[in-house]
Amino acid sequence: MITLTMNGLPVMVEEGSTLLEAARYLGIDIPTLCHMDGLSPYGACRLCVVEIGVAPSSKLVSACTYPAVEGLPVRTGSSRVMRARRMVLELLLASCPQSKIIQDLASAYEIRQQRFRQEHEDCILCGLCVRMCTEQMMAGAIGFRGRGEHRSIGTPFDVASEACRLCGGCMYVCPACQLRCTYNEPEKAICGACANLSAPCLAKPKFDDLMCYMAPCVACEIRKD
Amino acid sequence: MERLNSIEQLQALEQRMSADRDPNLPVIVISAGTCGQASGANDLIRIAKREILAHGLANALSLRVTGCHGFCQAEPSVLVEPEGTFYPRLGIKEMARLVPAVSRGEVLEDFLWRDPKTRRRVRKQADIAFFRNQTRTILSRNERIDPIRIYTYIQDGGYSALAKVLWSGDAGRVIEEVTTSRLRGRGGAGFPTGQKWELLANQKDGRGKILVCNADEGDPGAYMDRSVLEGNPHSIIEGMLIGGYATGANEGVIYVRTEYPLAIKHLVIALRQAREMGLLGDNILGTGFCFHIDVVKGAGAFVCGEETALMRSIEGERGEPRQRPPYPVQKGIEGKPTAINNVETWANIPIIIARGGAAFARIGTPGSTGTKIFSLVGKVKNTGLVEVPMGVTIGEIVNEIGGGPSGRTEIKAVQTGGPSGGCIPASLFDLPVDYESLAKAGSIMGSGGMIVADQNTCMVDVAKYFMKFLKDESCGKCFTCRKGTQRMWELLDDITSGRGTLELLELLEELALVVKDTSMCGLGQTAATPVLTTLRYFREEFVTHIERKYCPATVCRDLFKYRVIAEKCTGCGLCVKVCPTGALSGPRKEPHHLDDSKCIKCRACYEICNLDAIAGDSIIAVPAR
Repeated sequence: MITLTMNGLPVMVEEGSTLLEAARYLGIDIPTLCHMDGLSPYGACRLCVVEIGVAPSSKLVSACTYPAVEGLPVRTGSSRVMRARRMVLELLLASCPQSKIIQDLASAYEIRQQRFRQEHEDCILCGLCVRMCTEQMMAGAIGFRGRGEHRSIGTPFDVASEACRLCGGCMYVCPACQLRCTYNEPEKAICGACANLSAPCLAKPKFDDLMCYMAPCVACEIRKD
Repeated sequence: MERLNSIEQLQALEQRMSADRDPNLPVIVISAGTCGQASGANDLIRIAKREILAHGLANALSLRVTGCHGFCQAEPSVLVEPEGTFYPRLGIKEMARLVPAVSRGEVLEDFLWRDPKTRRRVRKQADIAFFRNQTRTILSRNERIDPIRIYTYIQDGGYSALAKVLWSGDAGRVIEEVTTSRLRGRGGAGFPTGQKWELLANQKDGRGKILVCNADEGDPGAYMDRSVLEGNPHSIIEGMLIGGYATGANEGVIYVRTEYPLAIKHLVIALRQAREMGLLGDNILGTGFCFHIDVVKGAGAFVCGEETALMRSIEGERGEPRQRPPYPVQKGIEGKPTAINNVETWANIPIIIARGGAAFARIGTPGSTGTKIFSLVGKVKNTGLVEVPMGVTIGEIVNEIGGGPSGRTEIKAVQTGGPSGGCIPASLFDLPVDYESLAKAGSIMGSGGMIVADQNTCMVDVAKYFMKFLKDESCGKCFTCRKGTQRMWELLDDITSGRGTLELLELLEELALVVKDTSMCGLGQTAATPVLTTLRYFREEFVTHIERKYCPATVCRDLFKYRVIAEKCTGCGLCVKVCPTGALSGPRKEPHHLDDSKCIKCRACYEICNLDAIAGDSIIAVPAR
């Protein structure tokens, strides 16, 4: 067990846990968009920042990637953390205003308006779908490409991936942009493969070896009939 | 190439070579780094060879083609040894005259460097103001070494530091020596090298340890690492060998960007020669010590200079940083403990070992020891690579070595440390250049870029330029860096095109602080520095852009228009000739006329006018506060 100070309280957490896991175990709420249990920590959304160390040499780190260290003072809701979190939410709101989860978070943090030029994007590039595809589904059908503002998620050369087996995992884990991948609208699809309605469960007589996250699924409905 | 099987053989070779060398034989040294070649050094080499053959001078003088000497302003330059006569900007015809003159021991007075201040010809390189005020420990070796001939390096005492280390057989002493020297990483962050090595040496890992030379130099206007790699690749190899011996690492990687083809070429040749001579590979100099070095070419991403992204790139993955800890020294390339040092740091290692750590520590300030190479560019008379002891003031570098402003206006600021660094105003030119002082002023040492700005440089535009660079070069993994740089650029673009408000300026500052605070890697954490320092020292320029919708430096094209000042204009016609759109007209010897509808604000007339008769006016008549 590791002893550290969280928000002024000495607490004990399991060795090897991250600050986020420690905080959640203790019932402290830290918002995240790019973290999911079972997927490797990524640290992309920067919403989960916490302040570690003692002022003036304290710094902000993402709780989902930082390991719990013996004797580390951690503050999950300091004014510096709040200021950063509110700015991150404002930036998110400026880019992805339609996302329900971002709206809810912004409202919880009392952000009434955003001051940037309004954009309408569907993806916050949290990378959950990429990690789901690679780590859990072992498919690796989608990945990142481009850098900076040109970064996006997709299949190689934008053709429907043969590695994709239409499990729907990417849509299932997506925190912010549920609107983006709507099964049968090709222009909104990430990989384009799901737009193809001949789902593997229909084509193959045996479907045990594939996990499916598509719900509701057109194929299931067809099968019921 | 003979293989050296023991330390004694290396020492014997060095002695034999020094004995064979005739100190009075004239040598024509041609500076042929990338910069020299671009300005015509290859032609000079060709002509020199031709003249030597034509006049049968092969025994009367010798020719040495070296890497960059650092004085970019004077390229292609030639140095004649042993007197150290310096000839700047030579052409083909001049070279043809120089070769026979050198063989006769003559000096061609009319080709010598003319000091821009005194207007006098200066003969010796050591007397030129640009060189006189420097302490060239690393750079001076570039003059003495032909990078593709390992023998010239050995003749210059190369690999003797390695021999010393192998001879003593004490790895702990090496680290101690580096710690005593108080050498700090030259890549920008300034982490003590001795401490890093000690951490690596203490790592217990049966799978091996790796040393990396970070040569992914991506800052606009910085090229120190390139010149060292091109001019003296063996010093890097020797440094890494010493590091490997000290820390117990057996693998080395030099990560160099593809945009440096000559550096890669020289490096590959140097590695091959070192391997053939038994100075690299298995059983080095018969001591049983093994060390292998590979070259990995970076694919051109600025972020790959960040150590965790660099490691990912070496592994063959996307060059994206990850959060530390674990630090590279704990878990690096393929999980093996890794120490990453900058090119310049490695180049310092043989010098420290040869001269002793204590002697090295005497140069510079207590907190920042040794010398540092800066690339001095921008609006100064003498641009080039400048090596000075830490702790000299910015003013000394800019005014004495750089020779003051190149234009007619005064110097306003110096941008240090590349896109991650900040602008330091002329009022702070007494500031000593060391890690702490620069950090206190809000900037960073960075890898050593120094871009000088004068009154014709708009600081808002400078901030916007660096933000554009960072916005394009951010890997995009973490949200605040990707969106933050994009939004900061957007806000700066608003300000420079007249859409700015004071509220947006506040938002910009607020955002900059958050980006600095929350980003994952060094790129994001320092991305806001250009904005924060320009706001700190040049806020009034931002306010002028916003409130008066006017750019005083006449850079932001939407915020001014040019006007001919009739009282000053003598009608010389220079501006009429230079104007690409024919916006300027008028008879000679009468004040010219400028047609606003045709003017594209290219600055050509503004820069060519010797009488300052062209001025930028505010477009919108906004009353001054």
